[in-house]
Amino acid sequence: MQTADNLRQYRRQLKAALKNEFQRTALDNFAVAYRDGREASFAGIDRTGLIEQIGTLKDVAMARLDELFDQFREKAEAAGAIVHMARSDTEANELISRIAAENNCTRIVKSKSMTAEETLLNHFLENQGYEVIETDLGEWIIQLRHEGPSHMVMPAIHLSRNDVSRLFSEVTGKQQDTDIEKLVKVARRELRQRFVSADMGISGANFAIAETGTLGIVSNEGNVRLVTTMPRVHVALVGIDKLIPTVSEALLVLSGLPRNATGQAITSYVTWITGANPSAASDTGKKKMHIVFLDNGRSAMAKNPVFAQALRCVRCGACANVCPIYRMVGGHAYGHIYIGAIGLILTYFFHGRDKDKNLIENCLNCQACKQVCVAGIDLPRLIREVQKQIIGGEKGLLLASMAAYVLKRRRLFHAFLRSGRYIQRPLAGKTGYIRHLPEVFFKDHKFKMLPALAEKPFRDRWDPSRFSPAHPKYKIALFSGCLQDFVYPEQLEAGLELLLTANVRIDFIPEQGCCGLPLYMLGEHDAAADLARWNIGHIDPKKYDFILTLCASCGSHMKENYPYLLETDAGVRERAGQFAEKVIDYSSFMVLAGSVGTANAGTKTAKAAYHAPCHLCRGLGVRRAPRALLENAGYEYVPNDEEETCCGLGGSYSFKFPEVSSAILDKKLGTVAETGAEILVTDCPGCVMQLRGGAVKQERPFRVLHMAEALKASLSHV
Amino acid sequence: MNPQKLVAQFEQKARAVSAVVKTMAGIDDALAYAVNVCAQKKACAVLASGCEYALSGPAEELCGLKQWEKLMAVPNLSAPDIETLTVLCRDSGIGLIRQGLAAYAGGIDVGLTMADFAIAATGTLVLNCPDEDLRLATMISEVHVAVLRSEDIYANSDDAADRLAGFFAASDYTAFITGASRTADIERVLTLGVHGPLELHVLIIDASTSS
Repeated sequence: MQTADNLRQYRRQLKAALKNEFQRTALDNFAVAYRDGREASFAGIDRTGLIEQIGTLKDVAMARLDELFDQFREKAEAAGAIVHMARSDTEANELISRIAAENNCTRIVKSKSMTAEETLLNHFLENQGYEVIETDLGEWIIQLRHEGPSHMVMPAIHLSRNDVSRLFSEVTGKQQDTDIEKLVKVARRELRQRFVSADMGISGANFAIAETGTLGIVSNEGNVRLVTTMPRVHVALVGIDKLIPTVSEALLVLSGLPRNATGQAITSYVTWITGANPSAASDTGKKKMHIVFLDNGRSAMAKNPVFAQALRCVRCGACANVCPIYRMVGGHAYGHIYIGAIGLILTYFFHGRDKDKNLIENCLNCQACKQVCVAGIDLPRLIREVQKQIIGGEKGLLLASMAAYVLKRRRLFHAFLRSGRYIQRPLAGKTGYIRHLPEVFFKDHKFKMLPALAEKPFRDRWDPSRFSPAHPKYKIALFSGCLQDFVYPEQLEAGLELLLTANVRIDFIPEQGCCGLPLYMLGEHDAAADLARWNIGHIDPKKYDFILTLCASCGSHMKENYPYLLETDAGVRERAGQFAEKVIDYSSFMVLAGSVGTANAGTKTAKAAYHAPCHLCRGLGVRRAPRALLENAGYEYVPNDEEETCCGLGGSYSFKFPEVSSAILDKKLGTVAETGAEILVTDCPGCVMQLRGGAVKQERPFRVLHMAEALKASLSHV
Repeated sequence: MNPQKLVAQFEQKARAVSAVVKTMAGIDDALAYAVNVCAQKKACAVLASGCEYALSGPAEELCGLKQWEKLMAVPNLSAPDIETLTVLCRDSGIGLIRQGLAAYAGGIDVGLTMADFAIAATGTLVLNCPDEDLRLATMISEVHVAVLRSEDIYANSDDAADRLAGFFAASDYTAFITGASRTADIERVLTLGVHGPLELHVLIIDASTSS
């Protein structure tokens, strides 16, 4: 559970988490195994179609929550259950405690419920004097350790068999083995007696089917079945977002949930409970069945046009499984109660701004969560929106508003950049890197070499006459982006050189400014929209076939976020859409232009590994083009499993959380080194900055090149 | 999908999650199989699973609750099947129980139940079990043996949606069972038999061979 008061404290917690070697290895192994398991479990299934269906059906259901609740209540009560609605966490806890008191219950067994974690139900009941035993193995382990879960599906993934053995030795008062199978058997036996003696069972639910008043609960261990069968009272605590209209729709969600959670086609058990069933332990012969629905801010979310989609979440945990930050720091440092990307969002709504203000900054915007979400939630977008709200509540966040002020004023910004190269001279010399950073500001940032500003920016080197053929095949507007314009102009020049013979007209419109992504990442959406408006105003999409950029980040931001940021601006909305349509990345354009022939293919001049920028592979959905180019250019392309894992830069992220950024970078460089690659190629100057800076610092045996540089190097060999 | 293909798909999917799947010519073969599984079980070690390990006082007492003979729970078998079983069990020293299973939470050796139907796509058995004893037989038995008729296999859960909705029309408890109870909560190591059966056997009575 992340509870830091400020960013400094939070960073301390992150540093401590990074030092947890066991957890790092466990999560690393899991990240790899999960990827393969998930792929295999979806084999033969139209996953994209399923995700779309789940998203749509959940949206429709969330729009009619009140109606579904009434229908559920009517059906469930007709079948003998008592249905309650709790507006807040406290109300839910009090309700459940009252049900226990009214039924003279003292011993409670519980199956896993994130909703109960949300309301801190166990603490509440224990304070009232009830004995509450978690019966899911992982939950029991962390309960005994007085911890919260570190993963929504595998709550004890941060612990080793040795930790568990020591814990069980304490609990049983007898020395326990470290053999996992034996430990599981001990838990089975220790907990079985708890089921026998319990008088109340508390469960969560994955589905509340309105048309029949049925609860559906998934589990692998079988504890849910005992919790809902053996005691005479059953209380189910269910978020209202679990309401779903029909049996068919529940089955549809069920076909995606376990696959996305653990790579299982289905869990060992799915329990469907309608109303009050026979119960030998009950004096009436019927189970006392209570269903407590929890609102706690959900109905307000359902009515919010931006955030309603967060209620699609089925709690599969996949957004944590693929998150490069989660993989490094684990769930205790990457969530308050709800963990992973969805946790960053829900924490704000369920547990308040204060609990979320540090967490919300801890996102690379790498889009891995968005790609994996089984309900198609645009998690990175919602994270940015929450961040905006949080910042909105804290007037005058200095860095963000200063950045907004400067970046919006192109002349001022560019003047800053130009003067920067004089200032950096004593620091950089002629090395191309900034060698002597002031210790006091940069002590956490020394994990990579930072590039120096170029002597002359691209805009001052640009010669339009070379790209003005009489009858061009394509008319192109070049969008340089700040990093290539002022730091890496050689990348642009290499890239353009290869287009000299392509019969294309290229315009570089000097009024273009920063694309605005850094501001969007800082939560300054209005300023980001201003920049979008500015660039769209100066580059007329109607005049061009393509707006070409060699920066995947600028490309993805312009294509995806410009229309979003300008959605409500009737004056430019249409033009933003046209602009976005025309945006193309360098690799895709090179394939299209056919400038890289296949003459070199198969020559295998050097081993080349590839790093897929988040903004290219997930942002723009480009996957094949860069690999094809490398092979056609004569490189021996050596794949690796982490190609699509973020490099750890995340724009301003690496400045906010240098320790996490550096850990992600190390992992990346290590994986590349294992391939024996001589060069590492990527399509984004930001990734080059991070990867090259790290590779030089660590003296890795490979060079880091932008695709344009790699192609130029190979093709000029011929 | 034709019936043979459904059976084959069910078998493949169920085996993939460690279920033992056998085809039987008729119910008598299935009964004999279940009795044999029970007879072949190592009595104490598997019987009161966990009893051989160091346990706290109260948990250890639970081992004593168990009668030291082998037990088979048969909550939803027909009267003629029970008669057949009684004869078979007498020779093997196995006790049969049909009701009051909650008293045997320490462990029943084998729970033998009839399944309502199955779903081929995931290798899932569906048991409509509002009856508490039927439910418990599939939960507290060390080995769950389920009998399924080959004509009761649906291709996927969607095909079974109406039938499920029928179950849910009144107070009800329905179980989807796919393989044995499992966990990966310690170091993600897959371990079978946490709170439910350690083994699941599915006996498919093939209508085409039995008739």
